[in-house]
Amino acid sequence: MSQQHTSAAGHGHHEHEEHDDHGSLKAYIIGFILSIVLTVIPLLIVFETSMNKTGVIITIITMAVIQLIVQLFFFMHIREGEGPKYNVMALILGLFIVLVIVAGSVWIMSFNSVVQ
Amino acid sequence: MQHAIGHGHSQGADSHSHDHGHHDQESMKVLGFWIFLVTDCLLFGTLFATYVVLKAHTDGGPTGKELFEIPGFVAETFILLTSSFTSGLAVLAMNKKKVGQLIGWLIVTVLLGASFVGLEINEFVNMVHEGATISTSAFLTAFFVLVGTHGLHVSVGLVWMIALMIQLKMRGVTPVTKRKITVISLYWHFLDVVWIFLFTIVYLMGVM
Repeated sequence: MSQQHTSAAGHGHHEHEEHDDHGSLKAYIIGFILSIVLTVIPLLIVFETSMNKTGVIITIITMAVIQLIVQLFFFMHIREGEGPKYNVMALILGLFIVLVIVAGSVWIMSFNSVVQ
Repeated sequence: MQHAIGHGHSQGADSHSHDHGHHDQESMKVLGFWIFLVTDCLLFGTLFATYVVLKAHTDGGPTGKELFEIPGFVAETFILLTSSFTSGLAVLAMNKKKVGQLIGWLIVTVLLGASFVGLEINEFVNMVHEGATISTSAFLTAFFVLVGTHGLHVSVGLVWMIALMIQLKMRGVTPVTKRKITVISLYWHFLDVVWIFLFTIVYLMGVM
């Protein structure tokens, strides 16, 4: 991390800040490997195992959510940057609304056949 | 605000304050872009909800299991994932102020993105030839709108990235171009995240 300080421009503090904003090569490589693993696991589960359908669906959606978190932290650096984390707050609100829309639609429309 | 305060001070303090004000404004723009991404999440969320609800409504037409070609969507997934990684490497090169490397990784990202769009167009064309058009069934309407919206986002991202490369050639790495690269890499990672859910919910659950 501190190897960055050899750069000529700016004072030390600023350099450090800039570095924190965008992560390191190591973080990107770890994120990439984790993403590949989290993509291969669902493929193997769907095509190679004989788990029951509900089990498969729960597992692959869990893998997708873990991958979302991996990418947010390793690629999009959601924790970094100075000041209050307004982006995190907005994102949590957005994900909450998405969850309500998707789960609510599925729940309500599951009564479709009952009503007809 | 920062500008107004800065003018009262000596020359040195003024230029420092100006830099700081500029930096603040750029980070505000990045925050603004995050908020755009959140609204884009809502767009995709509603399209996903529509798709999940209409998934079984095939109206006697072809189902996902009959239509989706496994090698195709697996290739698309790994191509987009790799391009997300290379756009990250572009940001790293930018932080090291290596313009050549930065443009190089952007070119790799654009090429991967273009091959992703190419595969998707090919997939859509094949489906239409098999008689699975957007008006065949509610399932296919939801499918084409959801996957098509994502594909459109990727295509817009490609044009945007090419425009940024031209700007980088002309202006180099300035605070403004730096913010623009940061923003497009966020956009690109976001599209990859959306694709992960398309891959899982549309394709994997479709072929099960």
